[in-house]
Amino acid sequence: MSKITKIKRGLDIPLAGKAEKVIKKADTAQYYAVKPIDFHGMRTKLMVKVGDKVKSGTPLFYNKLQSEAQFTSPVSGEVVSVNRGERRKILEVVVENDLKYEYEDFGAADPSNIEREHVIEKLLQSGLWPVIRQRPYSVVANPKDIPKAIFISAFNSAPLAPDYDLIVKGEKENFQKGIDALKKLTNGKIHLNLNADYPPSEVFTKAKGVQINYFTGPHPSGNVGVQINKLDPINQGEVVWYVYPQDIIAIGRLFNKGIYDVSRVVALTGSEVKKPLYYRTIKGASISPLVKDNVKGGNLRYISGDVLTGTKINNEGYIGYFDDQITVIPEGDYYEFLGWAMPGFNKYSVSRSFWAWLRPDKKYRIDTNLKGGERAYVMSGEYEKVFPMDIYPVQLIKAILIEDIELMEKLGIYEVDEEDFALCEFICTSKTPVQSIVRKGLDLMRQEMS
Amino acid sequence: MSGLRGYIDKIKPHFEKGGKFEKLQSTFEAFETLLFVPNKVTTQGTHIRDAMDMKRTMIIVVIALVPTILFGMWNAGYQHHLAVNPEEPLTILQSFWIGFKLVFPIIVVSYVTGLAIEFLFAQIRGHEVNEGFLVSGMLIPLVLPVDVPLWMVVVATAFAVIIGKEVFGGTGMNILNPALTARAFLFFAYPAYMSGNEVWIHGLMKGEGVVDGFSGATPLAQAAEGNVEAMPSVQDAFLGFIPGSIGETSTLAVLIGAAILLYTGVGSWRILFSTIAGGLVMGFIFNAFAVNEFMSIPAWQHLFLGGFAFGAVFMATDPVSAAQTRKGKYIYGFLIGLLAILIRVVNPAYPEGVMLAILLMNVFAPLIDHYVIEGNIKKRMKRAKVKAA
Repeated sequence: MSKITKIKRGLDIPLAGKAEKVIKKADTAQYYAVKPIDFHGMRTKLMVKVGDKVKSGTPLFYNKLQSEAQFTSPVSGEVVSVNRGERRKILEVVVENDLKYEYEDFGAADPSNIEREHVIEKLLQSGLWPVIRQRPYSVVANPKDIPKAIFISAFNSAPLAPDYDLIVKGEKENFQKGIDALKKLTNGKIHLNLNADYPPSEVFTKAKGVQINYFTGPHPSGNVGVQINKLDPINQGEVVWYVYPQDIIAIGRLFNKGIYDVSRVVALTGSEVKKPLYYRTIKGASISPLVKDNVKGGNLRYISGDVLTGTKINNEGYIGYFDDQITVIPEGDYYEFLGWAMPGFNKYSVSRSFWAWLRPDKKYRIDTNLKGGERAYVMSGEYEKVFPMDIYPVQLIKAILIEDIELMEKLGIYEVDEEDFALCEFICTSKTPVQSIVRKGLDLMRQEMS
Repeated sequence: MSGLRGYIDKIKPHFEKGGKFEKLQSTFEAFETLLFVPNKVTTQGTHIRDAMDMKRTMIIVVIALVPTILFGMWNAGYQHHLAVNPEEPLTILQSFWIGFKLVFPIIVVSYVTGLAIEFLFAQIRGHEVNEGFLVSGMLIPLVLPVDVPLWMVVVATAFAVIIGKEVFGGTGMNILNPALTARAFLFFAYPAYMSGNEVWIHGLMKGEGVVDGFSGATPLAQAAEGNVEAMPSVQDAFLGFIPGSIGETSTLAVLIGAAILLYTGVGSWRILFSTIAGGLVMGFIFNAFAVNEFMSIPAWQHLFLGGFAFGAVFMATDPVSAAQTRKGKYIYGFLIGLLAILIRVVNPAYPEGVMLAILLMNVFAPLIDHYVIEGNIKKRMKRAKVKAA
């Protein structure tokens, strides 16, 4: 048995609305989108215009700053709109499904028998390359790099996160083929990290060509950043790549069948969902068939992803490129009389300053209210309780705020990503926007280093 | 509550940009958020937040202080009565009432002065009003003698808030604990009112009707003079039936507060326990060399005397002025305990060393953190070098 790494510092937020372990086929969505905003450091250059006919795998746009990788359409149909935000920044490219399911042909191949360059070429062309991202900076990997290792977290520990063992059921061959392809990309190890708390799926445990590691403990034990930090921390100048399991399956399909098939399973979760279940759908699909008539009333927040790191969308929004979870929670846009002084039987807090600790097994319906005003740092030692890396989180954040590049480097900025700080942001008494500060720091470092 | 909410919503535009009272926006906001948790929702980062905020944090500390406040009021009356008329026993309520009349004005004056300055600064800077003074405003009266003139409370509070806190940028940025800054200011500026045998009990300074042979000295002052026999029993010291600053005498009341702070997670157990450990270690060292009677007081009894318990629980654990790293907290607390007992026993000029020990370590806390973090940086650099080699 492989070594088990125990994560002690962390937190599992007891949210209501976990998805029942049943996979249902979702009603087909009419619209699908690829969102450049799902990626960091993008300058989007469109390759199609509204009205163009596309197939699954037809390129829609590329990144001017890193032109090799193409971003392709998840379904066949017609490009119906390009939605732009401030300063005409492209937010989403929307394709209407023509229900014909036509695929571009990239040709099947056995990755074990072809050259590294050809594996890369196929991934770049098909639009599957962007599923491979790198640390530091959490940007799409550079195909010219050779990473020291590739990390795959085969479990998700985020609040209400989907169960990957359920999701990958029956995809053993595709998963293995995907691993074979990744194997070509690195000279180092492929770390496949599993949860030691329950027996994982055979798709993972019987995978060949990987180093299996076990983790146990609360969130963020499933974050790839934490796993890298514990197993093989990143030093200055080193690059590690990481991929999510469902994307490896898509890579497998590419080599097995020669097509860009990004059908995937997403979990519909959250306290406001009537029947939280798993749904089989396609990457980038509109969530409207999933949430229609399936949510409770009131003002709701729809999130692509989990409550800590997900993206806010509306009830017709699209599933994010890397997301396999939709969360629906109540909005918190109300006033509460003397809320800070009440006993708070229904309020969740890590500190035991609300009476809710009387009921430790309770699952909470937490809304999006900020629950206080932003302040300077007063409390200390809070972040350390939920931050399992060997890094001083508050000091790193302060280094970012004063934009001290050298200090950021010394304090370990290469090893972190915004998502690793999500719990810090959640528990912060001073309501500091920690994740956006970390992102600013990463962007700054990247600018300085390039 | 919808009526009140409606009224606030009605007058709110006047305080917003372009309104009649736009200059009072921070003040309005402070009162509005005091009454209602605002309707702001998360816009970036995590979509949900922990229910804990700064107001809650501060109110928990104030709740933890309540036992010491109540006991302090009672004890002020009780000590006064002992001094002037011990023959005729008073009920608990009578003692409390005497003390209440003495202590309550000090609390009001401290809050009014401090909050006025806080509001003013928030207004000038265009910030929201910080909640930090809710705690400082309560701590200041508790570390003062009961007969302190009210104008001194005003001066000391103003000094603490302006020089101790606002010049550094407000709550969260200060280097020294504001409440101790206030006390230290009075201690050095008006020593006659802050030390000696007369100041701790109401009426003694004016010499009114004190019974013969009554000294009014605190146990530590007695001990410093070599009168170890005159020390109160351990039980009296623990329960707090002794002269001293308003809030510091009862170790039991302080312990109730400590339990609240530790259980809710607002106070740092690392600092608290290492402070106690530091105090005990120094006490044991003195016991081992006991060349005079003061040194031979059992180490654990030191914890019940003077302001040690109060300082360790409510002052040393102030997260802003303490060390911030885990390792740093152990070192910081331990040195506070060590220095407090060292100053207390060895330095005849200061019969109590807790205040100075904490202020000194406040100054050193950033240095301690610096070396702890430097250790982490070195480890990372070493790892990178090993890899590169």
